[in-house]
Amino acid sequence: MSYFLQQLINGLQLGFVYALIALGYTMVYGIVRLINFAHGDVFMVGTYFGFFALASWGLPLPLAICAAMVGCGALGIFIERVAYKPLRNAPRISALITAMGVSLFLEYFTSLRFVFGPDYRAYPRPFAVRSFDIGGGVSISNIQIIVFGVAILLMLALTLFVNKTKTGMAMRAVSYDKDTARLMGINVDWIISITFGIGSALAGAGGVLYGIAYPQINPFMGVMPGLKAFVAAVLGGIGVIPGAMLGALIMGTVETFTSAYVSSTLRDAVAFGILIIVLLVRPAGILGRPAGEKV
Amino acid sequence: MTGPRSPGLDSGLVALTVAVVAFGAVQVMITGRLLNPYWQQVMSLAGIMAISGLGLNLIYGYTGQFSLGHAAFYGIGAYASALVTRSLGGGGPLTMLLGLVAGAVLAGVIAFLIGLPILRLKSDYLGIATLGFGIIVKVLFDNSDKVIRMMGGSRGMSGIPKLTTFAWVFFIVLFGVVALRNLVFSGIGRALVSVREDELAAEAVGINTTKYKTLGFVIGCMYAGVAGGLYAHLFAFLHPSNFDFLKSIDVLLIIVLGGLGSISGTLVAAVAWTFLLEGLRLLLPPSVQDWRWVIYPLLLVVFMLVRPGGIFGGNEFRFLKPREYRR
Repeated sequence: MSYFLQQLINGLQLGFVYALIALGYTMVYGIVRLINFAHGDVFMVGTYFGFFALASWGLPLPLAICAAMVGCGALGIFIERVAYKPLRNAPRISALITAMGVSLFLEYFTSLRFVFGPDYRAYPRPFAVRSFDIGGGVSISNIQIIVFGVAILLMLALTLFVNKTKTGMAMRAVSYDKDTARLMGINVDWIISITFGIGSALAGAGGVLYGIAYPQINPFMGVMPGLKAFVAAVLGGIGVIPGAMLGALIMGTVETFTSAYVSSTLRDAVAFGILIIVLLVRPAGILGRPAGEKV
Repeated sequence: MTGPRSPGLDSGLVALTVAVVAFGAVQVMITGRLLNPYWQQVMSLAGIMAISGLGLNLIYGYTGQFSLGHAAFYGIGAYASALVTRSLGGGGPLTMLLGLVAGAVLAGVIAFLIGLPILRLKSDYLGIATLGFGIIVKVLFDNSDKVIRMMGGSRGMSGIPKLTTFAWVFFIVLFGVVALRNLVFSGIGRALVSVREDELAAEAVGINTTKYKTLGFVIGCMYAGVAGGLYAHLFAFLHPSNFDFLKSIDVLLIIVLGGLGSISGTLVAAVAWTFLLEGLRLLLPPSVQDWRWVIYPLLLVVFMLVRPGGIFGGNEFRFLKPREYRR
């Protein structure tokens, strides 16, 4: 039982990191119907921003997270303006291919010697890892507390922002109906840019948390977490913010439990198997509302 | 048949003759040692990508079913045919043919079984489900040695006879093009296109959309299976990472760059894509080799921005069109 609870905590740690990435996917998909394959690589860049903030500039962790969020937010807006905006009225597959191109570009450009370099790097930890016994033979580390705390804080902030502010309301309006939103005087282009910015900033924060939790990084580290976070967003119901959080937590715990009880080589198969089953039973995802077919 | 007919020769026949003459010229160059094994391999690879691309174009370009798991069927075909040729021993053309047929059949059967449930999903959701299927298949390849030792699991499968020659690839591409052209311009092809254009309307005029979606998916995956079989016997070594998610994206890139719903586009883009990657390797000095994969995605993004519909944008070479479509 204590082993089970311990794995649950480890799974939630992974799940919260996935959740921060998944939010960007789900917001962007909700607003422009684009699977932004470059999002996992923005997450990777965030990890590196955090790396340099911690290792080279010696910033404390909260500032490093802020630096990564600002850097990634700017990167996200830049990518949207340069690569996706000109394709807004093109066939959707063109934007998808462009996203793939941006993803490859980020991976290989940052692999160049004068950027981040192709090698694995050890992530600096701003403090020693300590474990606290929370009874029943289960322990939680200070890293896990930080991951949980920061992720929950950011998700609360996002929920408040989307539901309580005027910009948040505009975002919901644009994702509901872009043309009507434009008629209501909403600057749609600006809202789309903000959405990319916020989503990328969350991925940046997720990147720093991932770095301190799993301290080995390289320029291709974003591919698998990116894909899984995307799957998590679909699992929870794409375009639905609480769905992305729920899906990510499920994804993280399923993966950890498969590694713990079955075999770590099979963990991806189980995670994606669940995805296919959920899609077949509830195509709109766990919390998603099925869209009626328009004739 | 009355009415105006274009004078002179039939352009389809001319194209066929040109293709066979070109093939003869390449064969002469190969026997005359003018073409080194490296370029032979590149040419075969271009053909293999074209075959796989034709399959995905049938699935996505013509039938409109978004698949991000094409590499899984490519891998299934590769492993199946390699298992057949390795178990049969020998290295004759008959072994090779049996291997390729096995690859195509297994890819087709699995496509049928997986297609029946998941083809109910639409657009992006179907893409995600096929993506998931592709990743599951890759994990199974990684663990395959626990069931069939010969498949090697994550260490890779070696000892596959090197049976793929340029001639095999060439004639299978030719067969694949002719078969696909005849399919898409037939009544079945029109049904497939109607499913792509508007599934509801197609259903309303009495087209069994499930049947045609499955048909397009199965045939397209069989193309991938054959391409995989050729790939296995070209490099004589298979590794699960040869069939990961990015390989599905490669094929998708080719058909989108060429133009969805265009056989000509897939052929041109497959050749251009393969030769561009290899060409950059030769053109760039060794010190900036790392830049190859930086330049390539940039070209891709710029190309998509300039020409979102692909090279052919749904059009065809004149010789690939049936007579009544030629204007």
